[in-house]
Amino acid sequence: MSSVSRFLTSRWGPILTGAIVGVLAPLLVRMGNPGNMGICMVCFDRDIAGALGLHRASAVQYIRPEIIGCLLGALVAALIFREFKPRTGSAPIVRFFLGMFAVFGALVFLGCPWRAYLRLAGGDWTAIFGILGLIGGIGLGIVFLRTGFSLGRSRSAPKALGWIMPAVMVTLLVLLLAAPQFGRDASGNLTGPIFFSEKGPGSQHAPWIIAIVVGLVIGFLAQRSRFCTVGAVRDMVMTRDSHLLNGVIALIVVAFITNLVLGQFHSGFENQPVAQTNEWWNFGGMVLAGLAFTLAGGCPGRQLFLSGEGDGDAAIFVIGMIVGAGFAHNFTMASSTAGPGAFGPAAVLVGLAICIVLGLTMREAKA
Amino acid sequence: MSEIKTIDARGLSCPQPVMLTHQALQKAGKGTVEVLVDTSTARDNVSRAATSSGWKVAIEQQPEGSYRIVLKK
Repeated sequence: MSSVSRFLTSRWGPILTGAIVGVLAPLLVRMGNPGNMGICMVCFDRDIAGALGLHRASAVQYIRPEIIGCLLGALVAALIFREFKPRTGSAPIVRFFLGMFAVFGALVFLGCPWRAYLRLAGGDWTAIFGILGLIGGIGLGIVFLRTGFSLGRSRSAPKALGWIMPAVMVTLLVLLLAAPQFGRDASGNLTGPIFFSEKGPGSQHAPWIIAIVVGLVIGFLAQRSRFCTVGAVRDMVMTRDSHLLNGVIALIVVAFITNLVLGQFHSGFENQPVAQTNEWWNFGGMVLAGLAFTLAGGCPGRQLFLSGEGDGDAAIFVIGMIVGAGFAHNFTMASSTAGPGAFGPAAVLVGLAICIVLGLTMREAKA
Repeated sequence: MSEIKTIDARGLSCPQPVMLTHQALQKAGKGTVEVLVDTSTARDNVSRAATSSGWKVAIEQQPEGSYRIVLKK
């Protein structure tokens, strides 16, 4: 087992993780997930928010087993390799809002960095604007990091704290399988508390058992290899360190090949699955997301894997993402395939303004 | 004996442990720099960054689970 761990923490770890995601994500699409959405940490959190009734956009409601698997897979790896270290205290309230703003931005683009790369690998050229925005947002985050931005230090916490997110994930799994319906609408018909889409992207999903196993595999590998789709760009720009970037390149290349083999590669700007063509707001949305992820220390996947290791601050970011996804739809900030939502552009500008203020003002408090 | 510079990066998120190490190594130029971190991710990242700039890395696990990374050039 230790040789496996050594391999995964070597330079080959992120490459193997990216390559495996590059195979498994298109396969999930083949088995039922929406187009170019084998894995999307933001879309899946948004679907979970909808399934829990935090928003009522009926096309995007489902408890995505991939999220449950990713966190629990990271937990298993952390336990086996003695890296389960409950900790918290690094500006949790700021992290909650960074999670919210990251989702606002990503839902204008319609995808997290993972999906941006997967969309590119599926021939969706509108992803190029999102990826350029992501790089811009990460670059802005680096400016703040270089000028002293810090969310302060975390401290060790009791073991119980680290088990909260795994418990939440097990609860979500129970709700996915039981799908309780004991609420009543105004006419007395059964409705909720769990909502699953009957049409639209939320109704498209691979069999849950396959989805959760894929999540477990990705969570395990990514916890060991520290795979991060935002750290990849950040480290390359900051220190010319390509360790994580190699993993993202492997993801894109292998996903492209897998899509070709499966007949899922369709290049173009128009009519791409769960995508919109407004280049300015595809770009702008991901500037906000990239900035928020960079200030919080990692991409949405990394936040999920860290939550599995017992990191309570990353967990707050994940909760912020799920709550933020609810707001994004309730306040018409999320895009649809027709284009940006009515308040999407405003949300991006307000989010950017707030993240810039945080970037300029958050400094480590002197003892 | 020359003074040992100590960087306490315990509890800090990515990429701050690596940034602080980089700054300290550039400032020191050579000699001994000690970095304290409390996660294996930070330990690996700091070690990789130091190795790539030509520093020798020695890692000691501390009793409370943190790591003392001694960098020499």
